[in-house]
Amino acid sequence: MTVTNDTVLDVTDLRILLNSGSPIVDGVDLNLARGEILGIVGESGSGKTTTALALLGYAQLGAHIAGGKVFVAGQDVLALDKKSLREIRGKSVSYVPQDADQALNPSLRIAQSLTDVLRRRPRDRPADLISLLAAVDLPSTQEFGRRLPHQLSGGQQQRVTIAVGLACGPPVIVMDEPTTGLDVITQRSVLAEIARLRDDEGVSLVYVSHDLAVVSEIADRIAVMYAGRIVEQGPTSTLLARPRHPYTRGLLQSIPDHRRRVRLVPMPGTALGLEDRPEGCPFAPRCSQKTDECAVGLPLLESVGEQHEVRCIHWRDTEPPLARATIGPRSTHTDAMVTLRGLRATHRGRGGTVVAAEDISFDLHRGECLALVGESGSGKTTIARSIVGLHQPDDGTILLRGKQLPPRIRNRSLAERRGIQYVFQNPFQSLNPQRRIGEDLARPGQVLRGLSHTDAKSEVGGLLEQVRLPQRVAERYPAQLSGGERQRVAIARALAAHPDLLVCDEVTSALDVSVQAAILEVLAELRDDLGVAMLFITHDLGVVSVVADRIIVLERGRICETGPTDQLLSAPQDPYTRRLVDAAPTLSHPSADEALS
Amino acid sequence: MNRTRTRRWIRVSGSGKAGLVIVVVVVAIAVIGPLAAPHNPDVVAGLPYAQPSAAHWLGLDFLGRDVLSRVLHGGLTVVFYAGVATAAAYGVGLLVGLFAGYRRTWLEAVLMRFTDVILAFPALVLLLLLATAFGPGITGIVVATAIIQLPPIIRIVRSATLEQSVRGYVEAAVARGEGTLVVLRREILPNIARPLSADVGLRFSWSVLLIASVNFLGLGLQAPASDWGLMVSENRGGIASNPSVMLVPAAMLGALTLGINLLGDALAGGKQ
Amino acid sequence: MTAAATVAAGTARAKNAHPLALMVARRVLAGVVTLFALSVLVFLATSVLPGDAASAVLGRQATGPGLKAMRHTMGVDRPLVVQYGHWIVGLLHGDLGNTAAGYAAGGHVTVWSQISDKLSNSLALAGMAFVPIVVLSTLLGVFAALQAGRWQDQVISTVTLVPAALPEFVLGTVLLAVLFTWLDVLPPVSFIVPGANPLSAGITLVLPVLTLVGVTVGPAARMLRAGMLEALDADTVAAARLNGLSEWRVVRRYALRNAMAPTIQVFALIAQYLVGGLLIVENLFGYPGIGKELVDAVTIHDNLEVQSVTMLLAAFYVAVTIVADILVVIVVPKLRMGAPQ
Repeated sequence: MTVTNDTVLDVTDLRILLNSGSPIVDGVDLNLARGEILGIVGESGSGKTTTALALLGYAQLGAHIAGGKVFVAGQDVLALDKKSLREIRGKSVSYVPQDADQALNPSLRIAQSLTDVLRRRPRDRPADLISLLAAVDLPSTQEFGRRLPHQLSGGQQQRVTIAVGLACGPPVIVMDEPTTGLDVITQRSVLAEIARLRDDEGVSLVYVSHDLAVVSEIADRIAVMYAGRIVEQGPTSTLLARPRHPYTRGLLQSIPDHRRRVRLVPMPGTALGLEDRPEGCPFAPRCSQKTDECAVGLPLLESVGEQHEVRCIHWRDTEPPLARATIGPRSTHTDAMVTLRGLRATHRGRGGTVVAAEDISFDLHRGECLALVGESGSGKTTIARSIVGLHQPDDGTILLRGKQLPPRIRNRSLAERRGIQYVFQNPFQSLNPQRRIGEDLARPGQVLRGLSHTDAKSEVGGLLEQVRLPQRVAERYPAQLSGGERQRVAIARALAAHPDLLVCDEVTSALDVSVQAAILEVLAELRDDLGVAMLFITHDLGVVSVVADRIIVLERGRICETGPTDQLLSAPQDPYTRRLVDAAPTLSHPSADEALS
Repeated sequence: MNRTRTRRWIRVSGSGKAGLVIVVVVVAIAVIGPLAAPHNPDVVAGLPYAQPSAAHWLGLDFLGRDVLSRVLHGGLTVVFYAGVATAAAYGVGLLVGLFAGYRRTWLEAVLMRFTDVILAFPALVLLLLLATAFGPGITGIVVATAIIQLPPIIRIVRSATLEQSVRGYVEAAVARGEGTLVVLRREILPNIARPLSADVGLRFSWSVLLIASVNFLGLGLQAPASDWGLMVSENRGGIASNPSVMLVPAAMLGALTLGINLLGDALAGGKQ
Repeated sequence: MTAAATVAAGTARAKNAHPLALMVARRVLAGVVTLFALSVLVFLATSVLPGDAASAVLGRQATGPGLKAMRHTMGVDRPLVVQYGHWIVGLLHGDLGNTAAGYAAGGHVTVWSQISDKLSNSLALAGMAFVPIVVLSTLLGVFAALQAGRWQDQVISTVTLVPAALPEFVLGTVLLAVLFTWLDVLPPVSFIVPGANPLSAGITLVLPVLTLVGVTVGPAARMLRAGMLEALDADTVAAARLNGLSEWRVVRRYALRNAMAPTIQVFALIAQYLVGGLLIVENLFGYPGIGKELVDAVTIHDNLEVQSVTMLLAAFYVAVTIVADILVVIVVPKLRMGAPQ
C-alpha cells in the first residue's frame, strides 16, 4: 500500500499475543486515508476487536501487544510511554465501543460524561456541549444533558458514545460494531449519521464489524480478517464484485439478500480456535482450491490491482462468486396444521402488565415454513412460546390439526407434546453440560415416542446425519462443540421426536454469518425432505428470505402484514413493513446474483 | 464463538493445600483423640493450673484435670455436632430451595418471606433465643444451628435453581412433559452441584463457629463435658498462670476454621 | 375522566415525582412487618416454649397460693394473646417490661433500668470499633483491588484471611495471651463502674476493640475488594481509559462511584456483625455491655428480659438494613429516578 501525505493511519506488522504466547493478531498491515472509511470485517475469533483496540495502544486483560507500529498523526502509538499514550487517546485517535449502554457511566449525567472529555481540548480551541450534541443529531437542550444513560434509547446512547469519540476532534476514529444490538431501523439512522460525519466533518473512520452487508454500505475500502491476519483488502466495489480470496468469496456467498431470494452456498468446516491454527494458510483446511503448497508456509500479501491486496498463493485461480440459485415459491398443502385464533399474551412484571401480543390469528399449513418477523418487543417469542406451551396466553385458542390444544404443557397429551418441538436461540444454554450428545438425542425418542433406550440410541446416528454432523459427536459433551455444532444438535434433538411442527426461535442470531448459512441450508433441506412445518422467529429479513414461504410481520404485539415471501419483500404494503424492508442492510453490490435475474 | 476442547484442571493453590492439611490434622485429632488420651479427662489429677510436666504435657486445668486429655476429647463434640447440624440444614435446605426455585408458586413467596425473617436476626442472638426456648443442652443448640443455616442455604439453592430453570435444556425437558422430580434430578441437580459444593465448606465452618461460641458462652454443652469452646471459657482464670490451658483448645478451633476457609477459598477461587 | 382514572393518574404522577419517598415508605413498612413477625417468634421462644415463667422464678417454692400470686404479679395468668398484645404495646411505648429476676427478688425491676447503662457501654464499644473497621477495610479493600493480581493484593488477601477465619473468642484469647500474659501490656478484664462514662475505662477497652476490629476487618476488606474489582472491570472503566482520561479521574469517577452501592451494603453488614461480635467479646473480657447482659439473662432464665432485649437488638438490625437500602437508592441515580422514557 502506498503511503501518501494524506494517510492518517498507518499500521505495520501488528502482532498481539495472549500472555500464554498464542497469537491473536499475527502481522496486520492497514492504512487509512483522510476522509475515508475503512471497514474491517471478520467473524468471531478473527481478531478484529483486538486489532481495533491496539490502534489506541490498548490490550485487553490477558493479552499484550508484542510488536508492530501504529502511526497516527506522525507518532507511533505503540512506542509511546504511558503518559503520552493517555494523551493521544481521544485527541489523535478515539474509540467508539460496541455496547453503548455498558460503556456510559451510569452515575454521570450525559453533560458530565461529555464534559469529562471536552475539557481535554486545548485551551485555544474550546468547543461547547451544544455544538457537540448537535453534531450527532441529539437534542442540545439542558434537559437532555441532565439525563442519565438509562433514560436514553439505544440509538441515543450510541450517538452519545460517538459524540464522546468526536469531542476532541481526532483525525481518526475507530468504531467497534457500533450498531450491533440496535434494531434495524435505528441502525439505519446511526449509519446515516456516520456517513454524514465523513461527508460533512471530514472524519476518517475505521469501522469494525462482523456484518459485511452493513460495512459494504458505508465503507470505501474493506479489509477482511481471518485467524488474526488480513486475508484481503481493497476498494469495496472491487472486493464485492471480484473477491480474490476464497474466504471473502465464501463469505459473500453465505450472506442472504432479502431483495432477491437466493440459495446460500455455505463454506465447509468451521473457523478454528486460537490453539488449533495450522501451519501455513489458516484457511486451507476449508478451501476448495488448496494444494499441498498451501500447508507449507504462510502466504504473503500480494498486490492484485489498484489498492487491492490478497493473501493467497492461488488468487489468480479464484472464481468470481457464483450466481446463486433463486428460490421460487414452493407448493404447500392447503390443510392447516396449526391454527391460532385471537391469541392474547401478557407478561406480568414489576411495573404492571405488559401486553406482548394481541389478537393474533393465523394458519400454518403442513410442510410450510412461516416466519414471524419483528423487532425486539414485537411479541414474536411470546407467541412461539405460547404455541409450544411454555407460556400461558390470556386469551385465544390454538388448534393442532383441528383439535384445541390445552394451554399448559402439563395438560397436553403425549401426541400433542410430540407434535410441536422447539429450538432455542442460545446454543450455549440449550444442551445439558453434564450429558453426552448421544444421550441427549435419545431422550425425546424415549419420552415422547415410547422407545426403549436401546432403540432410541440406535436412531442417534441417523439424526446426526440429518443435520450433517459426524458420528463421533455422539460421544462428546456440549462444551467440546462450537456454537454452530450445538445448534445442529438442538435441531436434531427436536427432530428426534418426529414432530409435525418445528418452532425455531432466532436460532441463528447468536452465530457467525458463515455458520448461519450452513444452519439455514440444513433447515431448508429438512423442510423439503421431511415435510415438517416450521415456524421461524427472527428479526433478520435476509434469513427470512432463505427459509420462509410466508411471512407475518409483527409490530408491538400486533400483526401488521402477512403474505408470501416474494410478494412481501418486494412490494410491502404496510408502512412499518416498508420501513423494515428499506432499513435492512444488504450487500451494496450483489452483482453476481443480479446478473442472472 | 467456536469452543475448542477445554481440559478441566482443579487447581488447588498452595494455601488451599495448606488448608486441606490443617483440616485433616484437626479432624483427625478430634476423631481419634479420645482413643489416644493418656489420662481420663474427668478425673482430678492435681492442683488447679499446675504447670506442664512429664506426666501432664499441657498441665492441669481449673479443676486439676489433665489438659492434654481434655483437649484430645474436646473436638469430637464440636466436629460431630457441627457436621450433624450442617447436614440436616443441607438436607432440608436443598429440597426446599430446589422446589422454591423451580416451581414459582405462592408457597415460594411465603417461604421467602419466612427466610427473610430469620435472616433479619443476628445469628448468635437467634441461637441464644432458641437456647432459651429449648432449654440448655446441646440438642437445642444443634437444632438451632441447623435452623439458622437454613435461610442462606435455601437462598443459594433457590437462586442457583432459578438460574438453571430458564436454560434451554430445562425448558426442553419441560416441553417434553417431563415431571418436576425428573427435571430436578436429571437436569438441574447435576448442574448446581458445583457452585453448591463451594458453599458446603463455608456452612460447616460457620456451624463450628456458632456451636463453639455457644459452648464458650456456657449455654450449650455443660460442664463437666470436654469441649474446646467450653474449655476456653472455664479456664479464663488461668490466663496468667497457665495460658496454654486456654490457648490450646482455642488454637484447635482456630486451626479448624482457618483450614476450612483456606480450602474453601482455594476451591471457589480463581474468581479473582 | 372518571374518578378512578383521575386517582390512578394522580398516583402515577406522584410515583414518578417522588420515587424516593415511595421507596422509603415501602422499605420502612417492610421493616415494620418483619419486626412484627420477629416479635411473634421471640414471644414463642421466650413465653410459650420454656413453660411457666412463674415457677422458674419461684424455684422450689413454686406451690399453691404463692405461685398463683406470682403468676398474677407477672401477668402470666392471662391468655397468651393478651400477654403478647400487652408486651407489644409496651414496646411501642418504650416500655420494655420488668425482669423476672426482679420478681424473684420480690419487687419490680424494669428491663430498661437494668440495661440502660449497659446499652450505652456497648454503643461506645461498638462505635469505637466501627470507625477503625470501616477506615481500615476500605483502605485495604480498595488498595487490594487496584493492585489486583500483584503481590500486594496476595499479601492483603492472606493477611486478612487469618484473623477473619477465627472465631472471635479465639482471636480474643490469643490477643489476651500475647498482650496480657506474655507482654503484660494490657489488662484482661474491662470493668466500668455502673453509670460511669464508658470511656473512663481507658486502656481496658483496647483488647475488646482490637478483637472486634481484628475479626471484622478481614471479611469486610475482602467484600469491598470484590465490589471494587467488579467496578474496575466494568466496560465503563475501559471506555474511560480509552478516552484518555487520567487514571485518577477514572478510578474516582468511573470506578469508585459505581462501587458505592456494594460498599454501603458492606458497611451495613459490619454494623450488624458487631452485634454478634459484642456478645462474645463482652463475655470474654467481662465488659459490662448489652451482650454480656443478654447472656447472663439467658443463663439465669430471665425470659422476660431476654424477650425485650432480643427485640431491641432485632430492631437495630432491621433499622440498619433499611438505612442501608435507602442510602443505596440515594447514591445510585438509576434507582433514584423514575423509569426510562
